[in-house]
Amino acid sequence: MAKVIVVTSGKGGVGKTTSTAALGAALAQRGEKTVVVDFDVGLRNLDLVMGAERRVVYDLINVIQGDAKLPQALIRDKRLETLHLLPASQTRDKENLTEDGVERVMDELRKSFDWIICDSPAGIERGATLAMRHADTAVVVTNPEVSSVRDSDRIIGLLDSKTAKAERGDKIDKHLLLTRYDGARAERGDMLKVDDVLEILSIPLIGIIPESMDVLRASNVGSPVTIADERSEAAIAYRQAAQRLAGENLPVALPGERRGFFGKIFGRRAA
Amino acid sequence: MTKVLTKTDQRPIRLKGRSFLALVLAPEMPFEEWLGRLDDLASRSAGFFLGRPVVLDVEGLQVSRAELQAMIEQLAERNVRIMGIENAKPSQIGPGMPPAMRGGRPADDFAAPAEDAEPAGQASQSGEAKASPSADAPQVRATSSMIIDTPVRSGQSIIFPEGDITVVGSVASGAELVAGGSIHVYGTLRGRALAGSVGNASARIFCHKLEAELLAIDGLYKTAEDMEPKLKGKSVQLWLDGDAIRAETFN
Repeated sequence: MAKVIVVTSGKGGVGKTTSTAALGAALAQRGEKTVVVDFDVGLRNLDLVMGAERRVVYDLINVIQGDAKLPQALIRDKRLETLHLLPASQTRDKENLTEDGVERVMDELRKSFDWIICDSPAGIERGATLAMRHADTAVVVTNPEVSSVRDSDRIIGLLDSKTAKAERGDKIDKHLLLTRYDGARAERGDMLKVDDVLEILSIPLIGIIPESMDVLRASNVGSPVTIADERSEAAIAYRQAAQRLAGENLPVALPGERRGFFGKIFGRRAA
Repeated sequence: MTKVLTKTDQRPIRLKGRSFLALVLAPEMPFEEWLGRLDDLASRSAGFFLGRPVVLDVEGLQVSRAELQAMIEQLAERNVRIMGIENAKPSQIGPGMPPAMRGGRPADDFAAPAEDAEPAGQASQSGEAKASPSADAPQVRATSSMIIDTPVRSGQSIIFPEGDITVVGSVASGAELVAGGSIHVYGTLRGRALAGSVGNASARIFCHKLEAELLAIDGLYKTAEDMEPKLKGKSVQLWLDGDAIRAETFN
């Protein structure tokens, strides 16, 4: 049974695309057939983070408009054969993203994949609402700061009212993925604490991703952090988040608590 | 500039809302025929429309502005005064005509005067029926309430002019509650709460933890900046005392 996940946040720059790639790769590493779909028409980035930018021929808009068949537009990852990418169009107008077209593509993807992960654009406009439209589960990516938390709250409201599942009267599963978390700064009060964010958003937490150079480096070399640097703390956190998405019951650990090594990194950065 | 600065009366103008029950007439085509039926109805009870607010519902009616104007005049000749027009296209309404109305909610049907054509002898009976309070006076009902057991998210607006709103959960920053009666929040109130919005000065706001952006009772409001800092984060009730919002913490 295919599961459609939307990775969304409202606010830009919180790590949606990075998280989509990392979660997608982590799920694919479990041997399950996964596709990551970029909905950010005009500002696509998922192809870069996945390291597939030089292999894009057709894109989501081409498939919607009937210029290409879905298998022609799908790009298989070179490192993981269970991982695929459906890129967004960089040149087309986002008006071409139609409700019917998206539904058709989603139905077709459901037939051949276990996981369909939709990378939502920032904002609450068409692209974002269409990305969440057919989702079964939402991963709400939030940074521990007030503006990101409020935007996430707004997005949760939309998930509960504007998705196909909500309109049918069902509840969409929502999970919080806290990214760019810096334990030392939260301790000093420069950032919201995990409990504060959870209290405001009141949805279950599936992972805390530490602010880390490994994530930035992985993005820049065009590889999801879960493939590029498997043993980094961020990769472990993403992999565990993917396990929780798949239904495994694991406690969420606060970054920096587990290993002294990271405590040193945080300590150095704080100085 | 000095004029503004030296102004002594700084009381804000209170903008109040009130809702009224109006009779809605939906004309059908051909209009002449419908008017005939209306005359028939009115003849059974003289003055049925007299002094009643009437709203004209023109949904699906293919008439021009001039034709609609003529309809309103013909109704005026029968002492039916139109206070507003519902479901009209902007092109159908012009200056000098009743304003367009939106957001109507259905209410109980009005009892039409004497259902069957009755002999003259029974006409007085129907007159009596009209005088009894049950026929068309607004019925006294228990104050209704709305219960929300999920958190109210930023950007959501819960509007309930009929009574109280109770939220079992938190109200996020950027969310809004508008109640005709009181507001109860069993969680943190971070957004806006407007109680007594239809002119109810006895409405109150209760919250488990006060972090509100704006509070209002009966049109009188207070922003977060005007609130006493010691109330922040506390269990609070707020009520109206004349022209001032009073607050008290629960211990």
